[in-house]
Amino acid sequence: MLGATSAIAQAAARIWAERGEELLLVARDPQKLAAVADDLRTRGGTVATLVHDLNEDAAGLVAQVGAPDVVLLAQGMLGDPNRRDRDPDHAELILRTNLVSPLRLLTLLAPALPAGACIAALSSVAGDRGRAKVGAYGASKAGLDSFLSALRQRLQASGVRVLALKPGFVDTPMTAALPKTALFASPAQIGGGIVRAVDAGRDAVVYLPWWWRLIMLAIKALPERVFKRLKF
Amino acid sequence: MTESWGRYPQARHTAEVRLHWRAGLALPLVGPMLAYGQGRSYGDCCLNDGGKLLRTAGLDRFISFDSGSGLLRCEAGVTLGEILRLMVPRGFFLPVVPGTKHVSVGGAIANDIHGKNHHRAGTFGAHVRRLELLRSDGQAREIGPEDRLFQATLGGLGLTGLITWAEVALRRIPVAAVRMEAIPFAGLEEFVALSDESDAGYEYTVAWLDVVSRAQRGIFFRGDHVAGAVRAPRARTAVPTDLPVVNALTVLAFNAAYYAAQKLAGRSRLQHWDPFFFPLDGIGHWNRLYGRRGFLQFQCVVPTREALGELLQSAPASPLTVLKRFGAAASPGMLSFPRPGFTLALDVPNRGEETFAQLARLEAVVMEAGGALYPAKDARMSKDTFARSFPRLAEFSGHVDPAFSSSFWRRVTR
Repeated sequence: MLGATSAIAQAAARIWAERGEELLLVARDPQKLAAVADDLRTRGGTVATLVHDLNEDAAGLVAQVGAPDVVLLAQGMLGDPNRRDRDPDHAELILRTNLVSPLRLLTLLAPALPAGACIAALSSVAGDRGRAKVGAYGASKAGLDSFLSALRQRLQASGVRVLALKPGFVDTPMTAALPKTALFASPAQIGGGIVRAVDAGRDAVVYLPWWWRLIMLAIKALPERVFKRLKF
Repeated sequence: MTESWGRYPQARHTAEVRLHWRAGLALPLVGPMLAYGQGRSYGDCCLNDGGKLLRTAGLDRFISFDSGSGLLRCEAGVTLGEILRLMVPRGFFLPVVPGTKHVSVGGAIANDIHGKNHHRAGTFGAHVRRLELLRSDGQAREIGPEDRLFQATLGGLGLTGLITWAEVALRRIPVAAVRMEAIPFAGLEEFVALSDESDAGYEYTVAWLDVVSRAQRGIFFRGDHVAGAVRAPRARTAVPTDLPVVNALTVLAFNAAYYAAQKLAGRSRLQHWDPFFFPLDGIGHWNRLYGRRGFLQFQCVVPTREALGELLQSAPASPLTVLKRFGAAASPGMLSFPRPGFTLALDVPNRGEETFAQLARLEAVVMEAGGALYPAKDARMSKDTFARSFPRLAEFSGHVDPAFSSSFWRRVTR
């Protein structure tokens, strides 16, 4: 579990832990990582941890993770709303965290995975069409979607599945600044959806909840002359 | 809008801070602030009108469990339902549970809640071994039963600081089932006789009373954990929207139907623990049945059967009237509500002044009898009633964190 302290990753990990699975948690903050590990152990999981900044040294990390059955890639950042459209360094950090680091990690990790393994990566509906409010974030997720699609094709022969998980709005620390609407899902709902998609043997793009696929179809179908005037 | 379960009174908060991590947890620099868990207390003790709320739902991690001693340590936002979901299959149960499993551990401590086994187990707080309290001066204090601050925090209505984690002693049970008896009775004399007979031999006892029936008929429930195969409860339903249906007529019909259904179901039943302890949890948002104006709960304890009888004389129509005799155990918190005597709880739709007047009459009877009202269920008690209900109030006040407050606290102390 890469980015194991993310709210969505924790929700999925709780289900796996309660099944008694063996989990390796990777995250940057040692105190938060320890809190998550204690929780998952109490729930019944066998848990190991690795403190690692996922934006650094992909090769060193891959050398330590072995060959897991499931890789949940959950690191990500939305970016500071006051900086992401003005500060190119911040925009680059978003791309590095959400796209470049996952790409580096998966490039090294994918060949090591056994047949039947599953890569489940958290993307977002924001990758489907660029919006003014989340420019760099949307671009990073669009890039991630494209890479996951390529990886899915590439790994067909080796029997490794690639899930692109696309939640809509989720009530997590990442979205703390956004006003909560009826469209928001809980991390537990999304975590449950992830585990179901992995269990069901899917090898596809999965919207969470499923109806975001319809919303995004409609949004993608809007002509540019209409879309560019929208304020959402 | 953040509400209490009774949806009365309403409050506006200047900020709601969602807490997610114990590590590096910093309280707001300026109060007044108050922890808000699941919002399952009824009146205004979980509200902080004009102030801030610290929402603890994100502090929902387990920390450790020792299956030898049964000691469970978890963050304050973990719900009792989550603990039971995880621990019942391992053969453990919470030592005390209230009428809903959707409350947080922090809330259970702050209200020093009680349950159907009060006569045996005392309050929830009696089973809390340690907790950590974060004060507005930035200090995190790990405290236990020997500390004055701990005694102030049990039942302390969240006013002594933010509880970040707690350690609770679970009890071993045979898995999942409850042997339950439902015994019809009429009149307080029969209720007391059933309590006498049952409290000695059964872990759980409680009675439902039909206040609108002239004969004061009711059903006395008693039960124990047993091993046995029982079906898990069906999927829950929910009230989708405000649907004000509770009035004198529907209460009459509901009470008659409930009484008949309990008689029909037979005296002795083997039941799953969930519907036995938490029958109302099967219906999500049942508080919407009281409509937008909400409802008021009234729960008191009185020392004598005579006072209980007098209360029932002036009790308004209520679909959920619950009676229990508390045990003799001294409660551990300075502001704990349970004490020897009879406790009566009722739900009344909010009809404004008419309802307030009904509750004021009941309050007067309770004070006359030397009883007490329960802050977790209260939206109306007077400053005088609060002081008379809790003789250790002055001692407690010395432990209140200066940056913490609540709508309730301001109402009953100013």
